[in-house]
Amino acid sequence: MNAACQRLLGLIRKEFLQVLRDPSSLAIAFAMPVFLLLLFGYGVSLDARHVPIGLVVEHVSPESRSFSAGFDYSDYFQAHYFRDLREARQALLSRKINAIVHLQADFERRLNASEPAPIQVIVNGVDANTARLTSGYVQGVWETWINARAESQGLTPMRAVQLEARVWYNSGLRSRNFLVPGLIAVIMTLIGALLTALVMAREWERGTMEALISTPVSVREVLLGKLIPYYLLGMGGMLLSIGMAVFLFQVPLVGSLWVLLLAGTLFLLAALGMGLLISIAAKNQFVAGQIAIVVTFLPAFILSGFIFNIDSMPWPVQLFTHLVTARYFVAILQTVFLAGDIWEVILPNALALLLMALAFLVLALWRAPRRLE
Amino acid sequence: MWWRIQALLIKEFLSLLKDKKSRFVLIVPPLVQLFVLSYAATYDLNQLPIAIYNEDRGNAARDLIARFNGAPAFREVLRIERQAQIAEALDSKQVLMVLHIGPQFSRDLLSGRQPAAVQILLDGRDSNTAQIALGYARSVVSQFNSDWVRQHNQSGPPAELRVRAWFNPNLESRWFIVPGIVGLLTLVVTMTVAALSVAREREQGTFDQLLVTPFTPTEILIGKAIPGLIIGIAEASFSIFMVVFWFQVPLLGSLAALYIGIVLYVFSVIGAGLMISSLSVTQQQGLLGGFLLIVPGVILSGYATPIENMPELVQHLTLINPLRYFLIIIRGVFLEGLGVDDLVDQYWPLALIGLFCLSCAGLLFRKRMY
Repeated sequence: MNAACQRLLGLIRKEFLQVLRDPSSLAIAFAMPVFLLLLFGYGVSLDARHVPIGLVVEHVSPESRSFSAGFDYSDYFQAHYFRDLREARQALLSRKINAIVHLQADFERRLNASEPAPIQVIVNGVDANTARLTSGYVQGVWETWINARAESQGLTPMRAVQLEARVWYNSGLRSRNFLVPGLIAVIMTLIGALLTALVMAREWERGTMEALISTPVSVREVLLGKLIPYYLLGMGGMLLSIGMAVFLFQVPLVGSLWVLLLAGTLFLLAALGMGLLISIAAKNQFVAGQIAIVVTFLPAFILSGFIFNIDSMPWPVQLFTHLVTARYFVAILQTVFLAGDIWEVILPNALALLLMALAFLVLALWRAPRRLE
Repeated sequence: MWWRIQALLIKEFLSLLKDKKSRFVLIVPPLVQLFVLSYAATYDLNQLPIAIYNEDRGNAARDLIARFNGAPAFREVLRIERQAQIAEALDSKQVLMVLHIGPQFSRDLLSGRQPAAVQILLDGRDSNTAQIALGYARSVVSQFNSDWVRQHNQSGPPAELRVRAWFNPNLESRWFIVPGIVGLLTLVVTMTVAALSVAREREQGTFDQLLVTPFTPTEILIGKAIPGLIIGIAEASFSIFMVVFWFQVPLLGSLAALYIGIVLYVFSVIGAGLMISSLSVTQQQGLLGGFLLIVPGVILSGYATPIENMPELVQHLTLINPLRYFLIIIRGVFLEGLGVDDLVDQYWPLALIGLFCLSCAGLLFRKRMY
């Protein structure tokens, strides 16, 4: 046993030396999280503010002015005025504005004659999500204007039902609060897989695998020797990410740190196991690298529920998302950060992570080379 | 010179495609991703699980609930009976939204003196979905309002909104997202092919041999760039074929305009990849470098989040991102029917990025001898 321990320590030492010699592993573990968090934390926002909108007012009147003032003073819009629809259309086509609000010349006359006065709204539908948000905001301006107008004329406001929205766990709907915890899962997926995807393939390609097999170390020791150093590097990266989330981005950490770290350990073991499995199966750094990129980044980005809602996906895709480890980690991270230690969410997801980690590691052990071909 | 480049090309293609596994990873995973991601990446809500807590016994409340149930965006999975159940349902992520109709609802609505309040409780852990769900809920309620006003013979609103969406009348995000995925996949595949190409030769020591042959650095560069160019264009072509014939996204503009865009886009991505590759000594460094370009490239492209929402400084940063231009090209050609003339402003930055990166790569070839 003592000899086994010594062999393992030797392997770990070798791996650490290799890490230190090629600084790209250190860069993956520590520089990448910082870089990505800064990029996401400051660069990406899903909250639309100052949407550029074109107003075409064919005949300026007190009524049209009071309506367009709603756009001038709204935080959601940045109003641009156009003389006619043709000019506005040109601006919409060249993407200078996202939508056009068009008040026809007879707007005031129809209003005073109590005829329905149409307000034409044209949104650029290419980006359907932004289009939907924009038309929702326009509707908000319109409703406010109608009710203010009714009140000033001593009439009852026309809305029958009023919606009161309350958002739990993230009452300001700060998108950073949900993006940053989700991003930690994406980053950890990348770290885990990139760190280990190449390590076994590299030994094959450089011919050192044969040397390793001919020594007395066992397969299990080789794998542990690969796993432990990268686990330590990965956890370092995770701590760094959590620290940045809490102190730099001011994301509230409602739950407890140890739950996060425990879930992080399970997740990292799954990610490292997947990387090792890829590396063992590929035996070639080019193939291993391609697979690692393909199975990690885009699935973690798109299929984890990090940005796109899983419940809205077609059911075969929903089934598929169960194979994406990041999915479980995203659920745990968002809950622990924003809602607290809610065990109904944490336990099933942690169990799934544990099962996936075991599956990947057992598969890696099973596929690992025992002898030369 | 052409004869020599031809020889180089044969060698490059052989080293990329001779191995069964390499062929496999270049072809199969991108296709699988095109399918899975195209179906997954959408902001349109569909069958979002919601819970309903109705304390009112009136018909109006039932009508409102029926409208929520009838909307394809929502699916009622839970009927709540007690206040305490709301927290349980939201905490456990069983539902993302709770519609709460208070006991006063029908009375307020019929009296008409004050608006009848309806409460919507949302799970802000996924604030993006929460915000979209709120938008859908608003439109259900606003439809209810205008029907109610009409039925009860009150005078209608003095001015009505008539909203039309150009280019994508039904506001399907799939039309927006799926063409974008072509750009994403092409980026990932060609970037890794290029980023690993020189790094692999460096790691295996064959790059030094290549440098001492009569090949000029320009020839080596061309030999390294062309296979990636061909693979990238082939991959993009096949994806576009699928987008048109499988996903049925209308292709309104000119194919020529699209192909000029594809060639320039792949060219600029390969330039960036080769630049990374000529800086790296091992394949791991190449892979990491490629990644450090791919990830911000995707995030800062306007693919998932609009560029206009980014801070000013970051918006300027996106100007050096090839994917940004390509997304405008492919979406413009597909949905807006743009032609070559409309896209010149997108073409030249791509060409410039490609030329700049390739020249850097060429310079670095000679400088980095180990």
